[in-house]
Amino acid sequence: MGSYSVFALVKNAFSHHAGWERAWRDAAPKAEYDVVIIGAGGHGLATAYYLAKEHGITNVAVIEKGWLGGGNTGRNTTIIRSNYLWDESAALYEKSLQLYEGLSQDLNYNIMFSQRGVLNLAHNLSDVREAQRRTNALRLNGIDSEWLDAEGVREFCPILDISRTARYPVLGGTLQRRGGTARHDAVAWGLARAASARGVDIIQNCEVTGIRRAGGKVVGVETAKGFIGAKKVGIVTAGHSSVLAQMAGFRLPIESHPLQALVSEPVKPVIDCVVMSNAVHVYVSQSDKGELVIGAGIDTFTGYGQRGSFHMIEHQMGALLELFPVFSRLRMLRQWGGIVDVCPDASPIISKTPVDNLFINCGWGTGGFKATPGSGFVFAHTIATGEPHPLNAPFALDRFTTGHLIDEHGAAAVAH
Amino acid sequence: MAEFRNSSGGRIDRARPLTFRFNGKRYQGFSGDTLASALLANGVHLVGRSFKYHRPRGIVTAGAEEPNALVQLETGGYFEPNLRATQVELYDGLTASSQNAWPSVDFDIGAINGFFSKLFVAGFYYKTFMHPRSFWMRVYEPIIRRAAAGARAPSEADPDTYDKMHAHCDVLVAGAGPAGLMAALEAAKAGARVIVADEQAEFGGSLLGETSGIDGIPAAQWVEKMRADLAAFPEVRLLPRTTVTGYYDHNYLIMAERKTDHLGRGMGGVRQRLWKVRAKRVVLATGAHERPLVFADNDRPGIMLAGAARAYVNRYGVKPGNTGVVFTNNDSAYEAAIDLAKTGCRIEAIIDVRPQATGAMAQKARAAGLRIICGAAIAGVEGAKRVKAVEIAPLSSDGETVGGPVKRIECDFVAVSGGWTPAVHLLSQSGGKLRFDEAKACFVPNVSVQAETSAGACNGTLFLEGALEEGAKAGRAAVEAVGLMPAQESALPKVETVEAAPIHALWIVPGKKPVGHGKAKHFVDAQNDVTAADIMLASREGYRSVEHLKRYTTTGMGTDQGKTSNVNALAILSRTLSSPIPSVGTTTFRPPYTPVTYGTLAGRDVGELSDVARVTPMHGWHVARGAVFEDVGQWKRPWYYPKDGESLREAVNRECLAVRNGVGILDASTLGKIDIQGPDAAEFLNRVYTNAWSKLGIGRCRYGIMCKEDGMVFDDGVTTRLGENHFLMTTTTGNAAAVLDRLEDYLQTEWPDLKVYLTSVTEHWATASIAGPKARELVGELAPDLDLSNDAFPFMSMKEATVAGLAARIYRISFTGELSYEINVPAYQGMALWEAIFAAGETHGLTPYGTETMHVLRAEKGFIIVGQETDGTVTPFDLGMDWIVSTKKPDFVGKRSFSRPDTARTDRKQLVGLLTEDPEEVLPEGAQITADADGTPPMPMLGHVTSSYWSATLGRSIAMALIADGGNRQDTTVHAPLGVKTLACKVVKPVFFDSEGARLNG
Repeated sequence: MGSYSVFALVKNAFSHHAGWERAWRDAAPKAEYDVVIIGAGGHGLATAYYLAKEHGITNVAVIEKGWLGGGNTGRNTTIIRSNYLWDESAALYEKSLQLYEGLSQDLNYNIMFSQRGVLNLAHNLSDVREAQRRTNALRLNGIDSEWLDAEGVREFCPILDISRTARYPVLGGTLQRRGGTARHDAVAWGLARAASARGVDIIQNCEVTGIRRAGGKVVGVETAKGFIGAKKVGIVTAGHSSVLAQMAGFRLPIESHPLQALVSEPVKPVIDCVVMSNAVHVYVSQSDKGELVIGAGIDTFTGYGQRGSFHMIEHQMGALLELFPVFSRLRMLRQWGGIVDVCPDASPIISKTPVDNLFINCGWGTGGFKATPGSGFVFAHTIATGEPHPLNAPFALDRFTTGHLIDEHGAAAVAH
Repeated sequence: MAEFRNSSGGRIDRARPLTFRFNGKRYQGFSGDTLASALLANGVHLVGRSFKYHRPRGIVTAGAEEPNALVQLETGGYFEPNLRATQVELYDGLTASSQNAWPSVDFDIGAINGFFSKLFVAGFYYKTFMHPRSFWMRVYEPIIRRAAAGARAPSEADPDTYDKMHAHCDVLVAGAGPAGLMAALEAAKAGARVIVADEQAEFGGSLLGETSGIDGIPAAQWVEKMRADLAAFPEVRLLPRTTVTGYYDHNYLIMAERKTDHLGRGMGGVRQRLWKVRAKRVVLATGAHERPLVFADNDRPGIMLAGAARAYVNRYGVKPGNTGVVFTNNDSAYEAAIDLAKTGCRIEAIIDVRPQATGAMAQKARAAGLRIICGAAIAGVEGAKRVKAVEIAPLSSDGETVGGPVKRIECDFVAVSGGWTPAVHLLSQSGGKLRFDEAKACFVPNVSVQAETSAGACNGTLFLEGALEEGAKAGRAAVEAVGLMPAQESALPKVETVEAAPIHALWIVPGKKPVGHGKAKHFVDAQNDVTAADIMLASREGYRSVEHLKRYTTTGMGTDQGKTSNVNALAILSRTLSSPIPSVGTTTFRPPYTPVTYGTLAGRDVGELSDVARVTPMHGWHVARGAVFEDVGQWKRPWYYPKDGESLREAVNRECLAVRNGVGILDASTLGKIDIQGPDAAEFLNRVYTNAWSKLGIGRCRYGIMCKEDGMVFDDGVTTRLGENHFLMTTTTGNAAAVLDRLEDYLQTEWPDLKVYLTSVTEHWATASIAGPKARELVGELAPDLDLSNDAFPFMSMKEATVAGLAARIYRISFTGELSYEINVPAYQGMALWEAIFAAGETHGLTPYGTETMHVLRAEKGFIIVGQETDGTVTPFDLGMDWIVSTKKPDFVGKRSFSRPDTARTDRKQLVGLLTEDPEEVLPEGAQITADADGTPPMPMLGHVTSSYWSATLGRSIAMALIADGGNRQDTTVHAPLGVKTLACKVVKPVFFDSEGARLNG
């Protein structure tokens, strides 16, 4: 595989760019693989990449129903952060953030990870308490996080309306400077290219229709392109995890909901960080192309149709303009929906399953993109060794039996 | 009169001249112009610079599909970027400027990018800017960000108002062109409720630029007659300037109406309106967009679509230039050529890629004296800021190359047609499926999923007669589908039809050099500067799914969403892959059809109305007393009442001591209140609370904790039995709606057999909570008939009584640990009660206190606050409240989880009290607690401080915390590392004051 660099670009310019190779091979399925990963989203591709890179397992296929990176990987709002409250989550997401920090170079593919800072706003005393608790916990976990007062928030993001007369005035916020955004498609493509270069077969347009088992063990998958044998199988099919689990004969504690996002027409840089607000429920950043990328709320009903309810968008816009009155005359260019698999404790499952040699990685809810490399890293370890990596051991499926939940929902209630 | 304006013709009002400014220069146009037509009338073609290479760009279309002519409008609060000049209606005083050009559109420094265009190919940024790592954030990305996007962002708040309208109808007609008008009239005649929406200022669609007649009258007159006929029906709503932008499930459609934009800025009233329509049937009559041909340097200003050129000359009386060339692969451009020639343009030639031009249209053109050059193509374009000449060369028979003698034709405009793309956006949004029609070389509707029909050009029916017929048919079918009787069938309007010769799809027009070689560029997506070479490169590199292609090259991702470019892009992909167009497919069409302002989407839900604040009936009193408010959920609650410049702490100290030593009053109206009635009400409470309710006497109150299924505390509050089958539950302020939701959910889905009825009565009652050793004295004065003795009115009971002349419920419950009475009256009497209490309380030194004081007082007593001492991971046992969990009840929500191994652990995080070694130090809430005083991160944490205050009563700080194995850490020392310092604290029981509860009885 030719290396990407400015020199390669110049060299290819002289041959009218005829010399570029395929980013990844379009493989035909072999009869059997050591590992079959179902789902060529970011997490699936990362799993395959780290299986090859960290564990030397290259007889691997990633099987995708549609086109790679076409699920939530290509639909999310590209926010990356590791400012999680609980130790288990913080460690996992921090690992991911650290991998992101070197991913462009590691993959030789510029994923445009831009650490422009993630600002979480606090709008009431309960928010402030929660924010300070989180900042303290992060600091003691060795993860960067700082508290900004309202004036500090304004300095960091000048177009935010911090006036005290706002419906929900900004009282302050926590800032993770190492957080930011990355180009989501590039993450999938870069991982696909790097995995393919290490021998991984990427098989697109190949829906898995069944998971074949014998004697309590998985032996392969039935697909649109026929049976593919596998010594081990990993399910990484966000938005459809329960369906795949059902194929393998077990159930997941997951609800699948539509989640929507939208972008504006592009404008010159106006917001240079990621702003998130739980109380007003907005998250917004600006892409390198200039579009405002805005996340809407999760639809309360469950379903697999990748389209949400319009009123969620309307509600979102009221909230957006509350924080950013200058955005009123900008326009929504495009809106779309995806399906998120949500666990009761809002934390993922990266785990062995009741079926031997079958593993599952799911339940990332609304925030899987930020975990992509970390998730792949620990899931590859789990598949390769048959046992979880210390970072994903707490995220086993059996926690819903033992009660050892990692509840990132936090408190639903607001004080008296 | 401007240079390129014909002295007659068109739908502009020459009696109403309008002055406007573009890039600082004054120009004149007329009422009825768009900004684009007015600019063209003044000979202005160069209106912008392209996204990546900063190539000069002109006006390409006459409508919503415009990729190039984006402008920024007005200044200050009215500033608006990215508007299509082709859709901006001209008004007097309009000010507009080009985007993405500096210092000017004429001389743009950014054009230097063009020299590097060989490097700036599709996806180049994924291949570079990686080293050194730190340069991405510091150097490369800032340059990319500054370079990207053409428009500035607004910098001031929007002074305009927006609103929303809901509507229902039998038939929604999207588009008022020939098909839409026919459909609407048929529906109207049958008595249906009809909405007709069209994005343009006038109804008529393509007919507004049509010169032929309908039914013997000019097309525009026919449109006016149809409009008038429709307007006469009382159940018909006509909405011009209204774009149907989104098609959602269950025939729910979104429309954006521009009400005052055409009048100028600052007109007052509602600027734009969002319509939310539930339609029984939808007729899609959204027309079609013309496609450009992809030839070398096809982006030069002066090169526009043939249909647009025709619209400018016919509808606006504007010539696109003096001397033109028409370049086409189909017949529709011939009509443009004929009309342009008729109205004063010199048409040098019609260049037709088809080998022969023998059809009826060609004959008509020849009869009009036009020269046709067949089997030829434009192989090159001269002129950068305006086309100067084109080079014509014969096409090889396979269309892959040009060869033979090159003919140079001087011209100042080129009218191009590559065929038409039906506007299937709404159909696709609705879930409908498309198929590729080889003969027409376009995607057409194939399968409907929702209750809609496509008619006319959007259905691939690209000739007028067919559109009229399909429209009428669709209208009749729609009314039948909604159960109405269609009117008697009438004859279709008569039009002249010229039989069209077949289109010849030529997706890439070869240039003098192979595509991607040499300097010339074949643009596919003009807005995002995506060329045919980029698409071929992406395909070579394996980005072969049409979605990968789109994302890798950014084709179709601009503000036009690829209306003119998508089909060309995927056809070139298909050609490169040698796989047929249908197997390549299309990308998903996303709403909205054209961009909608955030203002419109938010409507009135901005500012104070973004989430309407809830206030209690006594709110005005609190405001008058100078209370500082706290947002709790949607409520505004008095936080504290500072006197004479008191700080928060000073005020709270004073309020606390007043309650502990005298009497205080809290507005407790915000607590959630749920009225529970029915024969199974007690059983219901048994199931949702952890403790037992069956034996609670009438008139008695009990505190309850509600858990989630996982055994974690969800809410708490006092519930009172008002009758055998009647309870009043209180919830926390912020959680009231969530509790009601959950209870309803249980009733409706888990226990439908229970006869229980829930009603939210939160806002029915105003609550004044009077607390303190003098509370009995004060309440006694207000309710002289009531026996307030502990025997007659014990703690945790309720009495109905007259208080200050008002019928009231008095609850003897306490959240402060003091003797207290919560007096409830109907909300409308709340202020009267409050004032009466104060009138009586004056002599007792009655002190109003806010939520902060309430928090301190309850913390002194060790009472929890759900959401503060709990966070969804805390059981009643963790809170040391084992006593509230019944061991006898067969089941209640959360019970089974208590036996799960992790939930049953004895070393879980448990609620403790903390006393700092230095009593003056107040721990910050949210501080983490560690076992060791020293250490460097990462450090193991035991838990965190949930509540922490200065206690004026105790003269020291107090805190509560959740820490691991807290029960076994009593009297040990733990630490709170705060970064700047570490505070040592002693673990104690979480009760700091009156642990025996003696004060409750006064």
